[in-house]
Parts: sequence; structure tokens; C-alpha cells
Amino acid sequence: MKEVRINFARRPVLLSAFAGCGYAFLYFPILVLIVYSFNRDGVGGFPPRHFTFEWYRVLFADSAMWSAVENSLIVALAAVIISILVGFPAAYALDRYAFPGKAAFQRFILLPLIVPGVITGISLLLLVVSGGFHLSLATVILGHATALTAVATTEIFAGFAKLDRSFEEASADLGANGLQTLWRIVLPLMRTSLMGTGLLVFTLSMDEIAVTFFLIGRENTLPLEIWSRLRRGATPEMNAISTLIFIFSVVAIFISQRLITGGEARSGQVLDVAGATR
Amino acid sequence: MLVTLPPLAWIALFLFAPYCLLFCYSFWSLSEFQQILHHFTLANYAHLCTNPLYLTVILRSLRIAFSVVLLSLLIGYPLAFFLVFHAGRHRVLLYQGVIIPLWVSYLVRAYAWKVIFGNEGVLNTLLLWSHAVSHPLSFLLYSPFAVIVTLTHIYVPFVVLPVVASLEKIPRELLESSSDLGARPWQTFFRVILPLSLPGVVSGATFALLLSFGDFLAPLLLGGPSSVMIANIVANLFGADYNWPLGAAVAVVILVIVIAILSVTQRIERRERFA
Repeated sequence: MKEVRINFARRPVLLSAFAGCGYAFLYFPILVLIVYSFNRDGVGGFPPRHFTFEWYRVLFADSAMWSAVENSLIVALAAVIISILVGFPAAYALDRYAFPGKAAFQRFILLPLIVPGVITGISLLLLVVSGGFHLSLATVILGHATALTAVATTEIFAGFAKLDRSFEEASADLGANGLQTLWRIVLPLMRTSLMGTGLLVFTLSMDEIAVTFFLIGRENTLPLEIWSRLRRGATPEMNAISTLIFIFSVVAIFISQRLITGGEARSGQVLDVAGATR
Repeated sequence: MLVTLPPLAWIALFLFAPYCLLFCYSFWSLSEFQQILHHFTLANYAHLCTNPLYLTVILRSLRIAFSVVLLSLLIGYPLAFFLVFHAGRHRVLLYQGVIIPLWVSYLVRAYAWKVIFGNEGVLNTLLLWSHAVSHPLSFLLYSPFAVIVTLTHIYVPFVVLPVVASLEKIPRELLESSSDLGARPWQTFFRVILPLSLPGVVSGATFALLLSFGDFLAPLLLGGPSSVMIANIVANLFGADYNWPLGAAVAVVILVIVIAILSVTQRIERRERFA
């Protein structure tokens, strides 16, 4: 990320102002949420008056919300484990081997990235129902794992691309077999990449609605609990939980950036997916 | 090679099989007693073709999705350009500033716009308070407008990141030689920078287009009857309107449109690469 300045005739005042507006657009809604979570008189109403922690108190006493948080944590942990267990060998195969049908393999595994969640959701619903299973947290886990394996595969694949292959060659030269090299060389080298991937999958799973919508049983995940309440109307308690979610997201992203790059920003790795599917 | 087996099995079971099922369901039908009849019929597709409602909704979804892409590019491209060429010392921080909203819950952000646009929302009460209007503007919420703004807010970062990546790949010598050869900055921009950044634009735009086309949450939360999108129809048919075979047929249509859009953008990108 070396800074290169083009010598444009004028200082780009207009461009800077425009970029400033862009940031304002991105952050204004989040700021509004946070401010109004401390507003005694509820959601909306300008200017906000009467600072209060009341809504946080209501939130912490809301047992339905916390059991939804618990469900979400279970689902997210399971989704992380499964998507890495499937995504790691998939990324490994895509990185190391040429095999018949590789292009189709890659396309299929990355499909949930570009196909709207509603399609992934209902097609898995049809599978679950055809198999004679009932909807529960297990089916939600299946949905998240299927949708997020695509993300895990892309991220781990990017990790492999950065890996220095000479360590593995040295390991093989010194007489280690494939499994030993994998266990003692590749996995330790991939550790930060895997942790970053896990964190990303975790965050995305904590936020997933579209697929969950069709696979949810009697127990709600956090986003679906919030969703069902929002349908009934906005309350400041929703602002409070949204503020907490925002804080957790920011903490998660900073940890993962540390893990993946040691502070250096990465260029649209996650988002290069549209390109990666070709 | 054994390593490919677990992911292959996963794909076969949880991606390939469900899609096949979806396809099968779209050719089945519902009996009078709400039972699914496993006989091949084209009735669902015939219904989709003869009832103009579906075409209207599909066109509306495309219109909303294209508006989202256009707005995201209008906001995202200058932002990316600023980040790559003019961000200065705070570049890394500013770059993170674009990534953070990406990690912030979709639901949280959609809800934020609901709070802003509502009749008693922040924007309307602000306008009333400052005497800019005498009645709340009711067209803000429950309209395609609210859906477009919300989806744009969600997809701007998706556009910025690939554009930044493609702007960074442009060799700086090209820009110098362009100006050495007497091109004005705007000529350098339109003749050199813009064409070379198109792959990033295309991949970001494709992503935003496909995902906003298939969105059903923003219309449910912020849109009124005038902003029902095609994925809402699927969600309804799999929910309250209970007709899975018809819903599956609509889903197959969505899938076909998604694949069509992908193959077009893929072709554009390939042409860019070899041009």
C-alpha cells in the first residue's frame, strides 16, 4: 500500500468533500442508532433530549433476547467449525491440485456468495423436509455452514496463496510425509489466516437472516428475534442491542485485521469473490 | 487427492441436491387439499408467464437493483479514487473506515434507516423542528426510495473495495507518461484511469446488483406494497401463501436471471482484459 500522488493541477477539494460525504452517508445511520439508544423519549424525535441508560437496563432484563443470543452463539460456533472443516480441504485442493471438474467444483462451492440468500434458504428447506427432518437450530447450522463455507474457502484460499512453499519442500526433503507436513508445517503457518477466517464467519453467522428465515425452528437466533420485534415496531431497546452489536463488530474487525495482516489493510480480499467465482 | 472428497460430498449433498430438488418442485403442483402432487406439469411456469404481476415485480426488482448499483458507484468510485490517490497519511485508517460498516449487521443498518425515515423519525422531526416542512414527509418510509437508500448504504463498501484494488494495480508510470505527453488530468482520468479500473467496477457492480436483486428483507422492513420485490414473492409462497411448487418456479426464474447477469458481466470483464 504505497502512497502515490498524481500531480493533479489543483488540490482535489471537491473530491475530498465528496469523499467526506461518502463517509457521512456510511456512518450517519450508525451514529443515529447509538445516540438514540441513550434518548429517554424513545426512537426518533429531534433533537434528542434526556440522556438515560434505561433502555440498556430493559435490554439486560430481557430474557428472550439473551436466550436468542445464546442460540446465535451456538449456531455461529458450529458454523465456524463446519465451514473451516469443509473450506480448508476445498481451498487446499483448489490451491494445490489440478483435477477434472475443478472449475465446476470451484463454481459450486462459491455459489452461495452470489446467489441470493432466499434461494439457498428455500433449497435447503426442501432438502430438510424431503429428508423428513424437523426445523431446529440444527437446520439453521446447516444453512449457515453451507452459505459460509463459500466465504471460508475464499479466505483460506487467499491464505494459501500467500504461503511460502519452500517450508513444505524443506519438510518433504527432510523425510516428512504429507500428513506430517500438513500437521507440523502448513497448519501452524496458516494459523492466523484460519483464525481470521473463523472470526469473519462467526461475525457473518451472528448476522445472518435471509437463509435462517427459512430454516428456523422454534428457537430464535438473535437477528431473527430482533427481526420479529422490528416487524411490530421500533423500540429504543432495539437501538441499545444494535449499539452493542456495532461495538462487537468493530472489536471483531480490529482483531481480525491484526491477525491477518498485522495492521496492514488488505485490499478487498473478501470482496474479490465476484471475480473469484469466474 | 483424497482431500477433495469431503468438500465434494458436501457440495453434492448440500448444494447440488437442494438445487435439483428446487428444480423438481418447480414442475410439481399443489392439490386442492394442499398436498404436493409429484406429477410433471408446466402449470407453474405457465402461470408465471400469463400473470403480468410477476413480470411487473421482476422489472421493479431489476429497476431497484440497478438504481442501487448506480448510486453505489456514484458514491463508491470517488471514495475509492480518493483513497488510492489522495488519502495521505491517514490512508489505512480511512480504508478501515470503509470496511467497518461491512461488518456491522445488515439488520442494524436497515433498522437505522427505518429510525431515520419514519413519520416520527429523526429526519422528519428534524425538518419539523427547523420549520423546513409543516407536515412530516410520509413518502420517505415504506417506499422504493427507502429500499434503494438502505441497499445502497449496504453495498457501497462492496463497490469501493474492488475499485480500490483495481486502481492500485494501475502502473504509476502510465499516469506520468500520460501527463508528460500533455494530457490534462481529466484526460488522464477518462482515457487511462477509468478504463483500467473497469474490472473492479464490474466486479463490485455485479455483486451489488445480484445481491440487491435477490433481497427481500429491506422491502419487508422499509418498503410498502409499492416496493415488493421478486424475492418477497418467493418468501411469501414459502410462508403464508403456502404454494411451494409455485415458489420454487419463481426461485428458478430468479436463478436464471442471476446466471444471465453473471454471464453478461463475465463477458464484459473478459473483453476488458483482452482489449
